[in-house]
Amino acid sequence: MALGPYLFLATLEGLVQAAVLCITAAGLSLVFGVMRVVNVAHGEFVMLGAVIAWFAASLVTGHPAIGFAVALVISPVIVGAIAFASERLILKRLDYNPEATIVATIGLLYILQQTVLIVYGPDARPVDPPFYYTIRFPWFGYSSYKLFVIAAAIVIMGAIWFVLQKTKAGLIMRAAQFDRETAQAFGIPVDRVSAFVFAAGAGLAALAGVLVVPIQQAHYLMGADPLLLSFIVVIIGGLGSMSGTVVAAILIGLSDGILSVMFSPTLAKMVSTLLVALVLVFRPNGLFGKAAR
Amino acid sequence: MHRDSKTFLALSRRNILKTAGGAAALLASPAILRPGFAQSGTIKLGAPIHRTGIGASYGRWYERTATAAVKVVNEMGGINGRQVELIVEDDGTDPKRGTEVIEKFASQYKVDAVFGHLFSNVVAAAAPRAGELKMPYFICSEASLLGAGKLNRYTFQPGITDVRSQVTSMAPWIGDTLGKKVTMIYPDYNFGHDHRDFFTAAIKAQGGEVVGKIAVPPTETSFTRYFPQIPPSTEVIYHVMVGPAVLTFVKELGDYLGSQRPEIFGFIDSLEGVDFATPQLGFLEGSYFWEAYPRYAQANQSEFDKFFREKVGVDANGASVKDGKDISTYSHMFSIWETLFVMKQAMELSNYKGEAQKKDLVTAMESISTLAESREHPQGAKLFNGKTHQVFGSQNISKVEGGKLKVVHRTSIEDGLYDTDADYTKMAL
Repeated sequence: MALGPYLFLATLEGLVQAAVLCITAAGLSLVFGVMRVVNVAHGEFVMLGAVIAWFAASLVTGHPAIGFAVALVISPVIVGAIAFASERLILKRLDYNPEATIVATIGLLYILQQTVLIVYGPDARPVDPPFYYTIRFPWFGYSSYKLFVIAAAIVIMGAIWFVLQKTKAGLIMRAAQFDRETAQAFGIPVDRVSAFVFAAGAGLAALAGVLVVPIQQAHYLMGADPLLLSFIVVIIGGLGSMSGTVVAAILIGLSDGILSVMFSPTLAKMVSTLLVALVLVFRPNGLFGKAAR
Repeated sequence: MHRDSKTFLALSRRNILKTAGGAAALLASPAILRPGFAQSGTIKLGAPIHRTGIGASYGRWYERTATAAVKVVNEMGGINGRQVELIVEDDGTDPKRGTEVIEKFASQYKVDAVFGHLFSNVVAAAAPRAGELKMPYFICSEASLLGAGKLNRYTFQPGITDVRSQVTSMAPWIGDTLGKKVTMIYPDYNFGHDHRDFFTAAIKAQGGEVVGKIAVPPTETSFTRYFPQIPPSTEVIYHVMVGPAVLTFVKELGDYLGSQRPEIFGFIDSLEGVDFATPQLGFLEGSYFWEAYPRYAQANQSEFDKFFREKVGVDANGASVKDGKDISTYSHMFSIWETLFVMKQAMELSNYKGEAQKKDLVTAMESISTLAESREHPQGAKLFNGKTHQVFGSQNISKVEGGKLKVVHRTSIEDGLYDTDADYTKMAL
């Protein structure tokens, strides 16, 4: 294949990856920004979203698009509820202590993973895309659903921006993020905000899971990759900075896509990790992060 | 921390006694002592199964097949008048866990033999330990570890052929029928490397060449990025993939290639446990697959195949009789069935009664040569090489027709024979 189409395919693959990564990492970044909690179980929420999408698709008969639409709605809600409950039962009781919450979310990771293994089984199960059409370029074919994922991600990121910047809920979240104690002094129920933010973060992860499952397959171990990449994105973008997250997700997604098509996926992972190391050395707060006060 | 240590020191004597008593009761409970109390007077066989991890879809069916085979053996009166007890442990398809499970079988369950290990990375790690423990270890893996002389006297593969034999026997057909310029897509670990090395040599002997070699990590979930490496001169795409993402792999290959595809020759591994009646797999129509054992019952189905399907609970389409969507790993799982019957044969030859005769079992295995097609060996007749501990048999090449696989060529046993210097009988027992 000539260099042009080669690069075109690489860019497409990179953009799809960036799209999914954007949504996942936004959830992680939101949770850290508001709660200062490093949620190691974040990848498992992606997995839960995908698994619930499989259940929805297999219970709803008729056109695959119906099952997919149902999954888009119920998956984030169910996963959000699970996250809400675990925040109330675990994180709140640990007083959001940074070290303790890391250990607790590692525990949560295993609980979720093993529960899914028991209930859903060890198999990877496919979910049909809502529509199936292959776009034929002169050099190769490409699934139109993947392009839909890119569009969906743009819409979702727009919605997140709107909620954070233009609504009262967003204002409250930003206030809690900016200065927890002052926000509390001004009558913001920071404690309840935390629970809702944790649920919203998990819901975003679940949404990413639903979007990705027709491309991959639902599997109980699928949470590891999104977790690692989200951490990379969030560290590069600056913990808690939403715009930084978007820029870093596109950067990592594209570099990963292009490097893995042009060279090898292993090299792509190496470059991402190297980038994290460089950012940590030269800009410890990330490209867009602000120094902790 | 200070507070904690104080609390600990302040534990009353009564509390400490209570805790210790509780711990003792727990340790003595049947849950912990179970292995020690296993039934005596039976032949105990350990089966390390990939219940979880990347080999899970195989593991589920290997367990069902092994259970069915043990039931048949016990109905036949057991082995040397003893009933067979099957002990299954999950190894997570993980080399480290696989080795630990072998140790557990040896020291806790004190089994007579271990059988059924599949994934070659797990086998490569576990076999040396089995050899050290002098535990007869019967593998159902396909990597050419035995023929390469890399394993030991206690390791046998009597139920399925190895990759070297498979590709050697099929390369002439591929070169003559499909094309001579081949691009290979294979998993990046020793099973895949065997495909790469032995097929490259085999097609070269036919005057062909491998024009592209694409190695994919077995845990990969996205594949489109690998396909641009397929050179335009490719006449045949040769694919063999394993792991939970095989369906994604085949779908993405279809998306990428479209109708202008070269010939495709795949190992059924790429679609084991996967339903062919998936709309996006339509592009495979007219492509070819290797099958050790045809998934779809063929027109000339043998009575042995009928018997095997009935006992394991598989219908004529290779799906579970209970759930038509639960597709079996039909082309591989017969190996654990056949392995058990070879073990039975060797135990009967050596009049095996218990642990003390493990060495006799090994030498009896080494004396076995021909295995006739039968209920015990439904896949077909085989030839066992006592020196290399490896079995040889026939391969099937099937064409996808109407969403089903139809056998178009079956190799002879001789097509797959190869020379090797490996001779385990020279190793100390």
